[in-house]
Amino acid sequence: MPNPSELALNRRDLMVVAGACAALPAMGASAHAQPAPVGAPVLHDVSFEVNGRRHALSIDTRTTLLDALREHLHLTGTKKGCDHGQCGACTVIVDGQRINSCLTLAVMHQNASVTTIEGLGTADKLHPMQAAFVRHDGFQCGYCTPGQICSGVAMFDEIRAGIPSHVTADLTAAVVASETEIRERMSGNICRCGAYSNIVEAMVEIGGRQG
Amino acid sequence: MRAFTYERANSPAAAAAAAAGNPEAKFIAGGTNLLDLMKLQIETPSHLIDVNGLKLDTIETTDDGGLRIGALVRNTALAADARVRRDYGVLSRALLAGASAQLRNRATTAGNLLQRTRCPYFYDTAQPCNKREPGSGCSALGGFSRQLGVIGVSEACIATHPSDMAVAMRALDGTVETVKADATTRTIPLAELHRAPGTTPHLETTLAQGELITAVRLPRPIGGRQIYRKVRDRASYAFALVSVAAVIQRDGSGRIALGGIAPRPWRSEAAEAELRRGAKAAAAALLEGARPTRENAFKLPLVERTLSAVLSEARA
Amino acid sequence: MKFEIPATQNPIDQTTVIGQPRDRIDGPLKVSGTAPYAYERHDAAPNQAYGYVLGAAIAKGRILSIDLKEARAAPGVLAIVTASDAGKLGKGKRNTATLLGGPEIEHYHQAVALVVAETFEQARAAASLVRVDYAPSQGAFDLAAEKERAVKPPSEESTPTDTQVGDFTGAFAAAPVSLDQTYTTPDESHAMMEPHATLAAWEGDKLTVWTSNQMVDWAATDLAQTLGIPRANLRVVSPFIGGGFGGKLFLRADVLLAALGARAAERPVKVTLHRPLMMNNTTHRPATIQRIRIGATKDGTITAIGHESWSGDLPGGGPEVAVQQTRLLYAGANRMTAMRLAVLDLPEGNAMRAPGEAPGLMALEMAMDEMAEKLGMDPIAFRVLNDTQVDPEKPHRPFSMRRLNECFRIGAERFGWSRRSQRPAQARDGRWLVGIGVASAFRNNLVTKSAARVGLDRQGVVTVETDMTDIGTGSYTIIAQTAAEMLGVDLDKVIVRLGDSNFPVSSGSGGQWGANSSTAGVYAACVKLRETVAQTLGINSSEAVFTDGEVRAGNRSVPLARAAEAGPLVGEDAIEFGDLDETHQQSTFGAHFVEVGVDAATAETRIRRMLAVCAAGRILNPKTARSQVIGAMTMGAGAALMEELAVDTRRGFFVNHDLAGYEVPVHADIPHQEVIFLDETDPMSSPMKAKGVGELGICGVGAAVANAIYNATGVRVRNYPITLDKLLERMPDAA
Repeated sequence: MPNPSELALNRRDLMVVAGACAALPAMGASAHAQPAPVGAPVLHDVSFEVNGRRHALSIDTRTTLLDALREHLHLTGTKKGCDHGQCGACTVIVDGQRINSCLTLAVMHQNASVTTIEGLGTADKLHPMQAAFVRHDGFQCGYCTPGQICSGVAMFDEIRAGIPSHVTADLTAAVVASETEIRERMSGNICRCGAYSNIVEAMVEIGGRQG
Repeated sequence: MRAFTYERANSPAAAAAAAAGNPEAKFIAGGTNLLDLMKLQIETPSHLIDVNGLKLDTIETTDDGGLRIGALVRNTALAADARVRRDYGVLSRALLAGASAQLRNRATTAGNLLQRTRCPYFYDTAQPCNKREPGSGCSALGGFSRQLGVIGVSEACIATHPSDMAVAMRALDGTVETVKADATTRTIPLAELHRAPGTTPHLETTLAQGELITAVRLPRPIGGRQIYRKVRDRASYAFALVSVAAVIQRDGSGRIALGGIAPRPWRSEAAEAELRRGAKAAAAALLEGARPTRENAFKLPLVERTLSAVLSEARA
Repeated sequence: MKFEIPATQNPIDQTTVIGQPRDRIDGPLKVSGTAPYAYERHDAAPNQAYGYVLGAAIAKGRILSIDLKEARAAPGVLAIVTASDAGKLGKGKRNTATLLGGPEIEHYHQAVALVVAETFEQARAAASLVRVDYAPSQGAFDLAAEKERAVKPPSEESTPTDTQVGDFTGAFAAAPVSLDQTYTTPDESHAMMEPHATLAAWEGDKLTVWTSNQMVDWAATDLAQTLGIPRANLRVVSPFIGGGFGGKLFLRADVLLAALGARAAERPVKVTLHRPLMMNNTTHRPATIQRIRIGATKDGTITAIGHESWSGDLPGGGPEVAVQQTRLLYAGANRMTAMRLAVLDLPEGNAMRAPGEAPGLMALEMAMDEMAEKLGMDPIAFRVLNDTQVDPEKPHRPFSMRRLNECFRIGAERFGWSRRSQRPAQARDGRWLVGIGVASAFRNNLVTKSAARVGLDRQGVVTVETDMTDIGTGSYTIIAQTAAEMLGVDLDKVIVRLGDSNFPVSSGSGGQWGANSSTAGVYAACVKLRETVAQTLGINSSEAVFTDGEVRAGNRSVPLARAAEAGPLVGEDAIEFGDLDETHQQSTFGAHFVEVGVDAATAETRIRRMLAVCAAGRILNPKTARSQVIGAMTMGAGAALMEELAVDTRRGFFVNHDLAGYEVPVHADIPHQEVIFLDETDPMSSPMKAKGVGELGICGVGAAVANAIYNATGVRVRNYPITLDKLLERMPDAA
């Protein structure tokens, strides 16, 4: 479907607002451990890569990686479903590992490499996992979807790395990407629309391709 | 969430020193529990000491054939470690039964031990809770207590310790290494890390202000059938109603520790002495003095039945 | 367009695009994270500030005072909104409790303040500095305790409080085989993944809200009424909705508070309800206590069927209409239903996916299973025997189409029903006791007026505009398929714009009426556009065939785009329904089959197989329709096994108010799910000949799970959810 033009985000334009909190006193990274005035926000410098692009932010220490992505870098593909590590909608891949971006602070990721849904593929050029989700209708409302997809991509890396799961029968044997394994390993991503059966189908297709 | 200053610590001793001088300081590692609580204004540190750079993320084989697990080893890495999978299967299994892959990728060994209860009243600042606000009362007693503790609890608090990992470590006789602000180190048996709630449920561990866990030690492998059985309503990504960590030897003797029923990983030597007589006898010894609520009384038969299943599996 | 007589042959019947399992047209946006949800509209208005909602700390009482001094002085704070300074506010006609509480507090976590600040972190921190002094008062929070005080609520035409046919009491007393049982269902939460969220911006006295709402027109009407501004000054935009399930049918606090916050701060403000606030702040599916009585002859013919339900709500609220399916589902000469409503000071009860039928069938279909056992009958045979092709209360009124028995026949064969042991607790697979269960699915097909505007430009691109919403249901796609079929173009030539109050008013998404009604509205607009196109091209519209991007008549063939050469053409119309839904009972049907394993030691239940066979008119898109059904089956599995808002009856609130405490199914809980749609068209429903499926899938599935658990264990649990603690004591010996 053509994207209605009023919805089109121009990401380049949005970059300039990254870390825009001009009204706040800037303290910078060197100012660590200084006592803060009660309640006053503390800004801290941090620099990391998102989808291959470097960002230097001076950011409120309280800002989660999730809010840094969504509110500062305007990478809103990563979703806030619960903000408490209970749903998985905010899943991103940091230094190769999937994590809940809501339960980690932006300032804790100095020099990290972050991959979000926007870094996997675009609407015009989908990542194979994204395309499989469309083919298998592995979503309905779409809100948990970026988290499911990032989680799934990283999950196959975990399987390839031989990391066992709760349902792995033999802890000392090689791990296979069975449906049971996928279901257990994807259980940190809740889909209230209930697309699970289709998501697993999409992942089996991808997992098969990836051997 | 209150505003806080933030620093990245350079060494364990420096981290401990920074925290010791500031009662409003907290260490942050994985952050998966601390940030959750800070967002709800349950934890309100004014200073965070990021310990992630302390290089406490290795698993070493010790001279006595055991393992020394760095405090910052992530749950995923610990569960996937070949030595753990081979020699301490119960620990691997317990870790993999906990939380989600995303959380396990961040959560650390020390942080997992120090995570706080998931009692829903503790999580709601509008409700009285002795653990969160000493002296305010326990809302869970007489309230929604289905998930909560049945043994080792007190009139002041019936919260459970939510960890799976700690239950397995307790069965494996783990010990905790720490460093204090003055750079002195000490070793605390896991059995002595968590306090009984008594009248002071807000005091959860025996660590001093600023004392930093640097590692968990496991004695050399003891073999046996190692099983971790977690009972829960949904199939994954849920806290235990009851869990059993068991190391059962060929002769039927062994060790058991339980989760989901007590304010700390629950192990009873009396129960282990009864193991060879079967689940019923062991459960009776284990639950001696239990004080369930009306809503969680089912955990008593559930402990026995789960234990029975575990012992059958161990025999199989 | 008036739809007053059954549909005859029309272009939709070509089914070249409609009825095909096409991928969602909004799929690439959703999987790439570029579909913009309400809280993500950085593009929509400059200089957005953040609002954070503070919820009431008591369930009932009054605010004595609010001290805002500290909060106002906190860094970054721009404005604070409370009831005492928000000006005079009305109440939307679809809201029971007010959305901004104070001084009266009607329920726990009712919003009492909005703190607006430069950043989210500042707004949240400042909200914790708002000091509210409450005077709590006694409330009623326990449905079981209030049951005896429940009263007969006002009767509504579609859902009368009491119904009676024949002599129920006499027939039940005389029945040789009878069942009289009570069942309970708990309060449940929608728990959609996207929390309610709104961005509000004023321009003078004109307000725009970008929000997440299933019913754009209801939101606009109720927001205008609450703010006391003309509806014309208001625009509601809701193109993408991260799940609703009824929880976003109505105007909620995020919308009102964003509007008030933006007015107070004099800049755009966005507000989301944070997850731990949602379950007590918003609406929920109310708990029920249901008594079911069935009397039958020895051969299984139902002679008496009665269903009573008790539920609670805030003063002015309504009952959970859990008895309505019992009026229609099975035959029986003597019948009664009744609903009673208690006043409860818990958060507002309201619609959640298949309101009424979902909890109603959880009880009725368990009762049917129990009754079949009493009769010594197969549960499917018992249901088939008591099938009815007419409204049992008004036998002159036939169902427009009813193939429930066929659903059972096909499902039984596919699922291997014949292998089920009628005696429970007979099958074992390792540590698992295995059982299978069945239940009827039944949900009425509601039709409602729906309008659309369809434009054609000189490139031959068709643009559909309607305020219809896509809450994951596939509206974008089936509307595009409808327009493509009607105008003879490829799907990629169709643009669909939804969820904007500037567009014609649609049915919206709720009550599984959206798919059929909204596409019928698009059909009507397309008929208009076809006439205009034919006229423009000088073709007799009755002869015109729209196909392959051309308009054909006789030997003539003209590219469709040519009609718009002189300027875009537009067709706008609404579908309006006559009385076919009164002369005929329009419903959707299905049969759910479930296999469970129950751990012999711990009584944990895990679902092993699920199948639904559905008869719901024309399936507009088998791919998206199937997703609706499997999603509903998943939610029904949650209702059967784990979902319950735990009520603290002393303090009056739902205790487990987050996604860790309120467990919904995860991947590991749900096996591969199978769905079969019967091939049918229902000409009574609309020119689309379609009916809804989005709620059918949840209807009955909980009971199928429950019946499978009984079949596995021999333990009958009548209080949902069926958690292990309720099974444990009566489990067969583990050995």
